[in-house]
Amino acid sequence: MDDNGVPVIELRQVSKTFGRGAAAMQALRGIDLSIQAGEFVAVMGASGSGKSTCMNILGCLDTPTTGSYLFRGVAVENLSRDQRALLRRSYLGFVFQGFNLLNRTTALENIELPLIYRGDAAEARHRESRKALAAVGLAGWEEHTPGELSGGQQQRVAIARAIVTRPAVLLADEPTGNLDTARSQEIMNILTQLNQEQGITIVMVTHEPDMAAYASRTVHFRDGLVVPEHHLQDPGET
Amino acid sequence: MLWNALSLAMREIRRNVLRSFLTILGIVIGVAAVIVMVTLGGGATLQVTQQIASLGSNMLMITPGKRMGPGQSIGAAPFSVDDAAALVRDMPQLVAVAPMASQSMTTVYGNANWTTQVTGSSNDFFKVRNWSAGAGRIFTESELRAGAAVCVIGQTVRQKLFGNQDPTGARIRLQKIACEVIGLLESKGQSSMGSDQDDLVVIPLRAFQRRIAGNQEVNIIQVSVREGLSTTRAQQDIEHLMRERRHLSDKEENNFSVMDMKEITRMLTSTTQVLTALLGAVAAVSLLVGGIGIMNIMLVSVTERTREIGIRLAIGALEREVLLQFLVEAAVLSSFGGLVGIVLALVTSVGLASLLNVPFVFNAAIVGIAFLFSAAVGLVFGYFPAKKAARLDPIEALRHE
Repeated sequence: MDDNGVPVIELRQVSKTFGRGAAAMQALRGIDLSIQAGEFVAVMGASGSGKSTCMNILGCLDTPTTGSYLFRGVAVENLSRDQRALLRRSYLGFVFQGFNLLNRTTALENIELPLIYRGDAAEARHRESRKALAAVGLAGWEEHTPGELSGGQQQRVAIARAIVTRPAVLLADEPTGNLDTARSQEIMNILTQLNQEQGITIVMVTHEPDMAAYASRTVHFRDGLVVPEHHLQDPGET
Repeated sequence: MLWNALSLAMREIRRNVLRSFLTILGIVIGVAAVIVMVTLGGGATLQVTQQIASLGSNMLMITPGKRMGPGQSIGAAPFSVDDAAALVRDMPQLVAVAPMASQSMTTVYGNANWTTQVTGSSNDFFKVRNWSAGAGRIFTESELRAGAAVCVIGQTVRQKLFGNQDPTGARIRLQKIACEVIGLLESKGQSSMGSDQDDLVVIPLRAFQRRIAGNQEVNIIQVSVREGLSTTRAQQDIEHLMRERRHLSDKEENNFSVMDMKEITRMLTSTTQVLTALLGAVAAVSLLVGGIGIMNIMLVSVTERTREIGIRLAIGALEREVLLQFLVEAAVLSSFGGLVGIVLALVTSVGLASLLNVPFVFNAAIVGIAFLFSAAVGLVFGYFPAKKAARLDPIEALRHE
């Protein structure tokens, strides 16, 4: 999407501190990270390594304490809460470990949600939502509610919801964390397909090296810092 | 955007039908109570107002004894026919002067008997009350002068003694005298004090005094002041005249009273209106309580749906969109409560009106106000929970279990 050399995502010396004074906890300690359009990046690291905090910042749900986050060249830390919401609405798609679909709401209605906020007409919403549902291989399941779907199917609906707005970046937080191996592979195939065929940039947090293997690049977090790539050659580092 | 919020709200309400119903119950009752109170109050006021007209305009009532509120007072010498004659002679502003003497007694016709109020008076009795014979006639001068055994009866007496038959020409028995029915009065219905105005028999005053009471007493004098002249002024003049005739010194208080019937009725009207306003206010408090109920449920709903709100915010909902969603939900809930309340109120009002014997007066204004008020209650009490929802941190909200 952005082919003039500007990275879609660029973190410059981003740090994040929670709490104040003695209770202060530094989750990120000055991260530099740059992701180009069309990349599929896996983010790995132990819990507490700062990868979730980083994902929240990348998703414009949170802002850095110091440093700068440039999304398509725009400094996110200078945006208001509503401006960040508009940015999420137009350019970002979210996939969560816990699916986070609305209960008692049909698959189609779940997928339509971001289009409703974008102000699309009902007809266009239905069309795009059906298309997105078909893209994740769930054509015919439009009227099912999350309770009637398996975990893998729910996650596929969640992916459809994330891509229905044709976002520039898809942020996936352990999308296969709650799924068995076969379902996980299905999800990964869909993500890979979206990345390759639609050129959607994907940033995915995962614990599993098997899943990270689908990505074109892996970024490791440790103690609030990104581990330089040459250190990854050390045995046991993954 | 508003339309979307509306459809979202409808979906949410349908999801929790029972809870939604219980939530709006307070509003339903509040709205219904306000409308019922105001409608019935309006009916009662209308009834009193109609009776002002039926009383005859500018009617004054002179009774012996001190003023003891509406109705006859006791404890002083009665009037005489001469008093009435003096009023006619000295006060040209009076268009009618009706001396009256009454007694409750049993009337008999054939096998039927009925206890009613028998009043001796003149034709001015009908004039003062704006009353005319629906059938037959009223007294002639010679009948009045001679104290003839003739009578004019009210609709209730006719119903009790004659059923639906024509009573004119029949002879009914009043204690020891037999008396010919010459006229039937038009129906007047209930008075503002709740008594049946049609339950009466009128005979010439002289006949009453000679044949029934056996004395020359006049218990009440009712007079009618000429249209356009001040009843207050007439009241003062009558008091002055009566004091003279009853030989009262300057130090003595009146041993009679002159009451302006219109004023009494007006007092009753304002009492009814004050009562209506008071009951309406009490009912309005229940609307307020209903609003608090809505706020409570909306707060519960926001907490329950924290995760959903987190999802919406993450997906890109603006603060004001979440605010609007919850605000619209509260407003839809409460205005729906308002609608149900209106229906309930109209059904109840019609039922109660016929039960309490007051006319049903549809008051579109109060229905409209009650509806708008119920919607406003939703907006006011829904604002705080909605604001709370809109202000949630999406990260925290998504983590919420």
